[in-house]
Amino acid sequence: MELMSLTATELGRRIQAKEVSAEEAVSAALDAIERKEKAVGGFVTVDREGALSRAKEVQHKILAGELKGPLAGVPVAVKDNLCTKGLKTTCASKILYNFVPGYTAEAVKRLEEAGAIVIGKTNMDEFAMGSTTETSAFGPTRNPWNTDHVPGGSSGGSCAAVAAEECSFALGSDTGGSIRQPSSFCGVTGIKPTYGTVSRYGLIAYGSSLDQIGPVAKNVTDCASVLEVIAGFDAKDSTSVAREDYRFTEALVEDVRGLRIGIPRDYFGEGLDPEVKAAVHAAAETLRDKGAVVEEFDLSLVEYAIPAYYVIACAEASSNLARFDGVKYGYRAAEYEGLHQMYKRSRSEGFGPEVKRRIMLGSFVLSSGYYDAYYLKALRTKALIKQAFDQAFASYDIILGPAAPTTAPRLGASLADPIKMYLGDIYTIAVNLAGLPGISLPCGRDKSGLPIGLQLIGDCFQEKKLLRAAYAYEQTRQYERSPLAVM
Amino acid sequence: MQKIYETVIGLEVHVELATKTKIFCGCSTEFGGAPNSHTCPVCTGMPGSLPVLNKKVVEYAMAVGLATGCTITQYCKFDRKNYFYPDNPQNYQISQLYLPICRDGGVEIETSAGKKTVRIHEIHMEEDAGKLVHDEWEDVSIVDYNRSGVPLIEIVSEPDMRSAEEVIAYLEKLRLTIQYLGASDCKLNEGSMRADVNLSVREAGTEVFGTRTEMKNLNSFKAIARAIEGERQRQIELLEEGKPVIQETRRWDDNKEYSYAMRSKEDAQDYRYFPEPDLVPVVISDEWIAEVKAREPEMREEKLLRYQEEFGLPEYDAKILTGDKSFADLFEAATALCGKPKKVSNWIMVETIRLLKDNGMAPDQLRMSPVNLAKLVTLADSGTVTNTVAKEVFELVFKEDIDPEQYVKDRGLATVSDDDALRAAAEQAIRDNPKSVQDYRNGKEKAIGFLVGQTMKAMGGKANPGMVNQILRELL
Repeated sequence: MELMSLTATELGRRIQAKEVSAEEAVSAALDAIERKEKAVGGFVTVDREGALSRAKEVQHKILAGELKGPLAGVPVAVKDNLCTKGLKTTCASKILYNFVPGYTAEAVKRLEEAGAIVIGKTNMDEFAMGSTTETSAFGPTRNPWNTDHVPGGSSGGSCAAVAAEECSFALGSDTGGSIRQPSSFCGVTGIKPTYGTVSRYGLIAYGSSLDQIGPVAKNVTDCASVLEVIAGFDAKDSTSVAREDYRFTEALVEDVRGLRIGIPRDYFGEGLDPEVKAAVHAAAETLRDKGAVVEEFDLSLVEYAIPAYYVIACAEASSNLARFDGVKYGYRAAEYEGLHQMYKRSRSEGFGPEVKRRIMLGSFVLSSGYYDAYYLKALRTKALIKQAFDQAFASYDIILGPAAPTTAPRLGASLADPIKMYLGDIYTIAVNLAGLPGISLPCGRDKSGLPIGLQLIGDCFQEKKLLRAAYAYEQTRQYERSPLAVM
Repeated sequence: MQKIYETVIGLEVHVELATKTKIFCGCSTEFGGAPNSHTCPVCTGMPGSLPVLNKKVVEYAMAVGLATGCTITQYCKFDRKNYFYPDNPQNYQISQLYLPICRDGGVEIETSAGKKTVRIHEIHMEEDAGKLVHDEWEDVSIVDYNRSGVPLIEIVSEPDMRSAEEVIAYLEKLRLTIQYLGASDCKLNEGSMRADVNLSVREAGTEVFGTRTEMKNLNSFKAIARAIEGERQRQIELLEEGKPVIQETRRWDDNKEYSYAMRSKEDAQDYRYFPEPDLVPVVISDEWIAEVKAREPEMREEKLLRYQEEFGLPEYDAKILTGDKSFADLFEAATALCGKPKKVSNWIMVETIRLLKDNGMAPDQLRMSPVNLAKLVTLADSGTVTNTVAKEVFELVFKEDIDPEQYVKDRGLATVSDDDALRAAAEQAIRDNPKSVQDYRNGKEKAIGFLVGQTMKAMGGKANPGMVNQILRELL
């Protein structure tokens, strides 16, 4: 489909130029979904009628000159942990199988105000807990590059939908790499902004102190344009930060001369796939050729990031997910005697095994007598990791490394060994602990043709440096469409 | 030999703050309202909703802390207290454990045993829960989240009290302080002030504390006093029988005057407290503290002195007037209008308190406006109406807040000082009561009283008694 192969901003430009209407754009996306969903499984809910009727309204406003932004009329897919008023929001969990929110998440609201059209809700690991999108209660999403492989996770549905060209761009959320890792696996670009940049209001929380919403798209320009729309101070989110500068697209300049790029040696040790290593090193060389100053350094503490992350994220999750109890909404067990049994059965039947594992882990580390040994220690580790990054950013503008140690694993290969799966988050997790912005963008493919992702990490509130480096690198490559995109 | 026991009591007092909106959302805190009409995604714990702290809550908590000599925690945080119950929509309560807003204060109380200080361990901010309604007919439970998210402070005392009298004095002191600050109306019967009593007994002279129990569901000062006595007796009996007191939470049933064990320490819940990640730390600057301190209204002690100095009221009267904020407010406003502090004070001290008592009302249920009280005082003081009429009209001011000037005018209740009318009535009284006239003329001075009464009666109570007296003497 011609229209779906365009980037979001190019499609938006053509809509503004009246070459394409919003209805045509949305219809193209809906057609693509119809043809490809069986193979991809990127969506939990497709809002065909709602999208078409909104497209009509938006087109009206575009013609009236009321909507002039780059995303007006452009179809977007939204991860299913972002509340959408009147549209089912499940977190890919049985416990929320029928939940219809009464309000829309701030980030989605901002997109809609800019004229973007939500066409559906994308699949994910249940409550964003997982790295493969296989823990979804509604079945896995497949990688558009090879459907025997996972798309990564937890924003696997969003990344696969972009890679398969079922939507022009998508929103994901990133708690420990949930945007960057699946972007890497699916050969698309995704940003995890600085904590506090995008309002979390309406994002169904997993790990509140780590969660950030971010864009997934075909290229850096799209990501910067979307971020410009969704970012902003929101009084409804107390952790939201009023930033001085939200003009991210200004950073789309092909110039990295003098930019100091540090490569942490710790990121290239054991467990890193040699093909990934080679591709990432090659990307660093490319940036050096373009004038960046590239050198290796020791970041240290990386090995402590994973245990610290799982303690903090699970602790918060155990409390965040307590509200899903069968009382007010969502799944309630069919038979029970008394309140206690209703809680127990609803939650036992409603949550999947990975979610239960993390709730138990989180409850354990918070329980009296263990709090200091686990939770407090994890918080201290988090502070030390932040310090290590602060030190690194005293010397470098950007930290460069892989987004994941391997390319996308085969379906079914990960869940059997959760520890191994957790270790796959090694390059992304520290970024969340330190609240930093990170971007993943394609930098090659392995022998089997699966995409490899390059991760760039910036200091807090330095998205513009990040975007500049990513944009400059991107100019040296051609965007590669997945086999399912071409279908 | 009989042992002597000492009772050791500490209180946890919950006070609902008088903010217009809830602690973490913009919903109204107004009482009543159809179930779940004062709710939003935040206070019903909807997925994805986030709390935003109401600054006014912090200010009220600070004000109470400053008025009770606490140190303000200038970097304070909220924590989550995790427990499952349907009145708690998120299944956690946002409260403060590690860094409560106020610490290390105390208030001075006065009892028959003299003055002493009850230390305050801490004051923390938290959210209230919703209300469960059990419909036994339908065999279902329904939840009303209107109260969910209403701001509370919990004032935790040290175990410094030794008797019910001290407990009541402490509570009265807290209530007055908080009412004067305007931070809460502190109504025990409506639940805007709730006290949990931690009580243990020990042999007099011992240093170590006995095992304590916590009693809940105490809705009045009387219930608190009864519960303390009951629990004291229960614990002493256990000890006398050589049985241990079990650390547990007990529920007081004021009708049966007995407490029931709710849960023991063994099955006490682990609340898995941890810092609330959805809220940022509350940073309180020196300037903010100074601002709140500067806004502190005149407190009871200051008023007590001022009433004596400025208005020349006796200490006893000043104590009663300042003993309830409603009295003090009414007194000051009415005095400002009519300029007669002693008269206003008398009307409050005598007639108002009598009518409150007769009607089983609390001072804060007063409906009478200062304007109408001031008018009535003026009418009575200037002799425009007689004392009898004034008392009658006052009852209406008290009950319906009528305008007494208008009322007196409409009904023609003003005292009659018209010489001719009075003279006619007096002459009639003399004609009708020859016996009394005879008695008076025979030197029975008292007999004139009867004639005055008869004249007044004939005038419908509106006659100027001084004039009637004078006219009668003239005629006789």
